Amino acid sequence: MAAAAAKIIVVGGGLAGLSAVIKIAEAGGSVDLFSIVPVKRSHSVCAQGGINAAKNLKGEGDTTAAHFDDTIYGGDFLANQTPVKGMCEAAPAIIDLLDRMGVPFNRTPEGLLDFRRFGGTLYHRTAFAGATTGQQLLYALDEQVRRYESEGKVTKYEGWEFLSAVLDGAGVCRGICAMNLRDMSVRVFDADAIILATGGNGAIFGKSTNSVVCTGSAQSALYQQGAYYANGEFIQVHPTCIPGEDKLRLMSESARGEGGRVWVPRKLNDPRAPKSIPEADRWYFLEEWYPKYGNLVPRDVATRAIHKVVYEHELGIDGQPMVYLDLTHIDRATLNRKLEGILEIYEKFVGDDPRDVPMKIFPGMHYTMGGLWVDFNQMTNIPGVFAAGEAEYNYHGANRLGANSLLSCIYGGFQAGPNALRYAKGLTSAPANGYGASECKRQEEINGRLLSSSGTENPFKLWRELGEVMTKNVTVIRYNKALADTDEKIVELLERFRNINLSDKSQWANTSFAFTRQLYNMLQLGRVVTQGAQLRDESRGAHYKPDFPDRDDERFLKTTKASFAPDADEPRFTMEAVDTQYIPPRPRRYDAVK
Amino acid sequence: MATTTAPLDTRSPAKLKTVRIEIKRQASPDAEPRWEKFDLPLRTGMNAISAMMEIAANPVTADGRETTPIAYDANCLEEVCGSCAMRINGKARMACSALIDKVQENGVVRLEPLSKMPVVRDLSVDRSVLFENLKRVKAWVPLDGSYDLGSGPRITPQQQEEAYPLSRCISCTICMEVCPQFNEETGFVGAATIAQAKLFNEHPTGRVLKEERLHALMGDGGIQECGYAQNCVNACPKMLPLTKAISDVSRDVMIQAVKDVFTR
Ligand SMILES: Cc1cc2nc3c(=O)[nH]c(=O)nc-3n(C[C@H](O)[C@H](O)[C@H](O)COP(=O)(O)OP(=O)(O)OC[C@H]3O[C@@H](n4cnc5c(N)ncnc54)[C@H](O)[C@@H]3O)c2cc1C
Ligand code: FES
Repeated sequence: MAAAAAKIIVVGGGLAGLSAVIKIAEAGGSVDLFSIVPVKRSHSVCAQGGINAAKNLKGEGDTTAAHFDDTIYGGDFLANQTPVKGMCEAAPAIIDLLDRMGVPFNRTPEGLLDFRRFGGTLYHRTAFAGATTGQQLLYALDEQVRRYESEGKVTKYEGWEFLSAVLDGAGVCRGICAMNLRDMSVRVFDADAIILATGGNGAIFGKSTNSVVCTGSAQSALYQQGAYYANGEFIQVHPTCIPGEDKLRLMSESARGEGGRVWVPRKLNDPRAPKSIPEADRWYFLEEWYPKYGNLVPRDVATRAIHKVVYEHELGIDGQPMVYLDLTHIDRATLNRKLEGILEIYEKFVGDDPRDVPMKIFPGMHYTMGGLWVDFNQMTNIPGVFAAGEAEYNYHGANRLGANSLLSCIYGGFQAGPNALRYAKGLTSAPANGYGASECKRQEEINGRLLSSSGTENPFKLWRELGEVMTKNVTVIRYNKALADTDEKIVELLERFRNINLSDKSQWANTSFAFTRQLYNMLQLGRVVTQGAQLRDESRGAHYKPDFPDRDDERFLKTTKASFAPDADEPRFTMEAVDTQYIPPRPRRYDAVK
Repeated sequence: MATTTAPLDTRSPAKLKTVRIEIKRQASPDAEPRWEKFDLPLRTGMNAISAMMEIAANPVTADGRETTPIAYDANCLEEVCGSCAMRINGKARMACSALIDKVQENGVVRLEPLSKMPVVRDLSVDRSVLFENLKRVKAWVPLDGSYDLGSGPRITPQQQEEAYPLSRCISCTICMEVCPQFNEETGFVGAATIAQAKLFNEHPTGRVLKEERLHALMGDGGIQECGYAQNCVNACPKMLPLTKAISDVSRDVMIQAVKDVFTR
């Protein structure tokens, strides 16, 4: 039945989702593309730095093998090596394709692609388009998809939210259940296979560098339906973000590269303006603790140090989780010449001129290394459900290298699309057992319960509490006691969720209702992240436990797999061996040449 | 928390303790609009979006009435996704970069939806017309396929520097909002679409569709509707060279029209 025209649903229109759509439409499949926001407004537009590929256009002898090794090493050997190898080998052709699509990459005088250096490698391997690479890549893919849309090969459902997969009696996926975010109606859409490309889960941490819709809600819903969630405890925290009332905005590493110094006043609540605090009353803690590298220690080290100063020494500026990143000792002309773009961001969103006043920065949740467990064909353990992009776990192990994510999104989408088509062609017809209608009913009942709730808990306040406890205990420095407390807190929040008060009970464009639904899923996924961290008694990549400061390959060179136990309403964990067949694990150190 | 309508704080912005946010609300596309007022403690770095997040956590108006959270569009919160365009104290701009202490006037910030797009609810509007217009001008490079066909055309740094600013358009539709010619009568496509036509007409591969794009911009609603008011270029949050794009494409359309006379 499915053989004639396979029907694939792609959920998510960031780089990963659009890449999958392009491959399916090109192969003659028919695609329905679902996204909460118009796809051109997806989170991928936020990426600034660039995308990696070992094109070796600078005569450095860069190779895809070196890219592969850097990625595995950077990820502290936790990534399965087969998919990473495939990605690094495909990268140069992906850059060529993006170039042909019209991405305005920066150029050399000869008209070739220019490459810059990024963290975790010694090669110029990062192609970039000004300071807005993600935006430029997303637009290029969006344009190709718009072309397929105008040819009738793609149907977009923008302003629709994925609620759940529709599984038949045998546990095979037959479509999705989605909610129209205008009239709030719930509908079932049939498909032979679905691809989830719904991005990261920054919102579980309250504020992050992610966009508003990066809640992880779709992944969590699928996990609660039986999909494994892998390596949830691996969360990348970027050391220098601009704390905002609404989000954390990235402040590029180049500020420190150009001589920026990180400090706090030695006295808590020092009432003086920062510039009038004399040197003797300032604590340049990075320079003191790491005399050799000073402010330019690697990301995770800088992040941990700032965290320690704020939470253990309790010396954040004005008692807030913030420290100074100071450029004011550098002359204006130099700053303008080298850092103008990023200084403008600070000026625009904070309102202060960082040439005159030290910037206030703090580490921020930035990237979700873990995600839906997938096999090497990008399929989850639920037949017919595929995943790609930041929503899955395949490519970055315990720590993602800069500029590797855009690549993994595109590569993952390019794998998931054709694999989903292949799967769909071999699929037997669906049984007629009314599973679609019953899934729809289940979702409508959830909606009904929420809309008739008459409790006292404000969902946005619950969310704030979740974000605060997750950020405090489950980001940079992790202690088992604090993790246990956090899990207990989430259980309390889940309990209070039953007593929710939806002040808006209307059936039209009810954004707080949609958010409240997502909040429930965030709470469930928060437990996966927290408990996963608790179980892993070692330090590896972004996961750091002072009580277990070393990597422990014997016990933990393993993928954490969480599955949902419906009766207990909590996660269960198993460990899976990691594919290390190409590069034997070795210690990861950045204070020496590897 | 709000009390009854307190006297407004009109001290200098640096000393403001609270700010009054007035929001034009509309329950649905056909509902009557109404205004609601909120008093919020002013916090450093607060912008129009964080103010509305604050309201969502405590949806009570300045006169103590319970209300509902505000519906608005936003995603990136760093002025790159183009979602959050609205009118703030009368000016069309992005809400996420509108710092309250900079945009307030006498302690008041008025938020209204864009006036030229259909309101969905409150500050959320339907801007799909722009995406339809982009289809009309075939704003893409027509690839042979996504398989490996080697590297792209050589492009000089100068060409890249011309293209890049146009490619930064975030589809916020502010250029259409502020354009006197953008209305139902003219059906004008607006500056954003014309700028994208120029971007692809100048791409070495994209230019193969140039004639089709120029034809799409001829006639009613096309580029001739532009009255050169220059509002677009002044209002664009990403400072796109919109008037230059319009005059360049305008010239190409004219040349094409002359060519058409001889070839048809
Ligand atoms: C500030 C910043 C800078 C970065 N810079 C770089 C960089 O320089 N290089 C690099 O490689 N990486 C970078 N990254 C990481 C990279 O941007 C992301 O990992 C990547 O863009 C994720 O793409 P995606 O396709 O997986 O998901 P997204 O782009 O997040 O898209 C998710 C899509 O899913 C949709 N969606 C979500 N939930 C649902 C649902 N329930 N129903 C329907 N639709 C849904 C959304 O509408 C959206 O379309 C950066 C990240 C940040 C935050
Ligand atoms: S939220 Fe993206 S531009 Fe304002």
